[in-house]
Amino acid sequence: MTAEIQRSASNSDDAAAALTDEDRVGLYRAMAMIREFEEQVQRSYLAGLVHGTTHLCNGQEAVCVGVAKALHPDDYVSYTYRGHGHCLARGMDLEAAFAELFGRESGVCGGLGGSMHLTDVDRGLIGAFGIVGAGLPVAVGAGLSAQLAGRGQVSVSFFGDGAANIGAFHEAMNLAQVWKLPVIFVCENNLYGEFSHISHTTPYEDLVIRAAGYAMATALVDGNNVLAVYNAAFRAIARARDGGGPTFIECKTYRHRGHSRSDPAKYRDPAEVEAWMKRDPLLLYRAELVAAGLIDNAGADQIIADARAAAKTAADRAAAAPWPTLEQDFMAKTFA
Amino acid sequence: MATQEVTYREAIVAALREEMRRDPKTLIMGEDIGESGGPFKTCQGLYEEFGATRVRDTPIAETGFVGAALGLALTGYRPIVEIMFADFLGVCFDQIVNSIAKHRFMSGGLVKTPLVIRALGGAGLRFGAQHSQTAESWMLSAPGLKILCPSNPAQAYLMLKAAIRDDNPVLILEHKALLSMKGPAPIGAAAVEMPTGPKVLRSGRDATIVASLAMVGKALQAAEQLHAEGVEAEVIDIQVLRPLDVTIISDSVRRTNILVAVEEQAATGGWSGGVIADVVAQAFDYLDAPPARVTLPDHPLPYSPHLEDALIPSPEVIAATVRSLL
Repeated sequence: MTAEIQRSASNSDDAAAALTDEDRVGLYRAMAMIREFEEQVQRSYLAGLVHGTTHLCNGQEAVCVGVAKALHPDDYVSYTYRGHGHCLARGMDLEAAFAELFGRESGVCGGLGGSMHLTDVDRGLIGAFGIVGAGLPVAVGAGLSAQLAGRGQVSVSFFGDGAANIGAFHEAMNLAQVWKLPVIFVCENNLYGEFSHISHTTPYEDLVIRAAGYAMATALVDGNNVLAVYNAAFRAIARARDGGGPTFIECKTYRHRGHSRSDPAKYRDPAEVEAWMKRDPLLLYRAELVAAGLIDNAGADQIIADARAAAKTAADRAAAAPWPTLEQDFMAKTFA
Repeated sequence: MATQEVTYREAIVAALREEMRRDPKTLIMGEDIGESGGPFKTCQGLYEEFGATRVRDTPIAETGFVGAALGLALTGYRPIVEIMFADFLGVCFDQIVNSIAKHRFMSGGLVKTPLVIRALGGAGLRFGAQHSQTAESWMLSAPGLKILCPSNPAQAYLMLKAAIRDDNPVLILEHKALLSMKGPAPIGAAAVEMPTGPKVLRSGRDATIVASLAMVGKALQAAEQLHAEGVEAEVIDIQVLRPLDVTIISDSVRRTNILVAVEEQAATGGWSGGVIADVVAQAFDYLDAPPARVTLPDHPLPYSPHLEDALIPSPEVIAATVRSLL
């Protein structure tokens, strides 16, 4: 089965058409910030400031930003160990994010969580789940919470293609549909579950097929087109707010780097990588903005330079922050 | 408030009903707990009073609805979930040990996760190896979880009420062989407190027996048998498996100088090993004999009533173990 991928933003109900010029440039700025954050994480890792492992989302920025643009501040968002981009798209403080990655006291979780567990409930960022698929049932609970509260909130769950093969995914999809919950399942299909190509693990590449098994509404979009993602998210979210139930959005995308820090991703065909690098979401969207006359190349370069400088400043400050002390009350942080 | 004779099952239902009346943010989810009232009738009447919104039948999908409880807890609700057989905790193990138990800590202590998981476990009902476990050991090694073990109707009532009001994840391991047990419970109690450690249920000077769940009753019967012989055993209900505090047990051992721990689980990984290690560390010089453990064997529980009855620690075996140490 092959499904029709929505490659452009234009269609019969084009929510993106209502975006202002400022909004449009803002989407580029937000994607640039995530890209430059991740590039700085890479540099900081090599400098010994990020510990253990870290999972970068370079190449997948359009998904984070396109969905976040369609959300309200009181909506709930959950994500995975590859979650830096989702947090930044919701406005997480750069310095607090870096400080968490660096294991410092001023980290967004006081250095107790780390790169895989950035959490900031004040921004609706209810949690990063380090176990594949584990966040989906939790997102369903947040969706039930939203339904019970009756204030039109939604719950968005970001996860990768690898999660589509684990039980938690199926239980969550079923529950959300049977209870008609305002949950948006956003599958970032980057073709690889850790090191394995989807063709080795899954009987088809279009994971919207999975959603059909739960009679769930779907959208299959080019995840490297920020406006296409925004449109799909906007529609799904509007539907969920109106009590129409969940939607499964599959975003076809690609991670520019390996699964994690220790993975050079040599299992990928160079031609495949090259083809996807040409479809870098920032390059695609920059070309669109330039063609529309909203920015010129110099302006776009300046946005990148500003983002890089902001990331460096935040990282430098975080690197100077003190380590957490053993004198804190760990039990009070375990039990309320 | 009035102390009433109720069954363990009625105590659970009363606690759920009262707490759901008290706090509109509470709701309960589980398999067949709605119109059916629960496979063990531990939710009887709740659906009629609170409706399908707050008494939610779920698919047979423990990972899904236990995980959903965390999402509810993170966003302002106080969910309760029923796990029909404690054995099924294995199905949602990841959600409990990796997500629920750790979420607050990993957030730097910034989030609260008030949720209760009630799981009905235990042997003696001829359910075979997959439907007879208390599951005490399984979750014992997960920091961030509180684990309570009610051994009588009063505890079933008070522990559940306190757990629902607690701001943390609480696992209550109920024992299905105790569901028809009758006893006094302070139904309607307004003030409840989370138990913080073991409780002395019977005083004695000659030996200390510590037990959990259905083994508490067996230990009390053993103490009665020993009493007839002039041996006074002190019986302590462990009550709280996590956070575990053995101070009361050590104090008892300082007086009795003998310790026997009884649990309805395989010895390997059971809580009695840790309890004995801690008591030995605190009260080594007071022990007159090596502490003893009475447990299930290290193989799965057989189905045949003849075998099951022979393997579950009996009052006779517990009493004999005490005698052997005197």
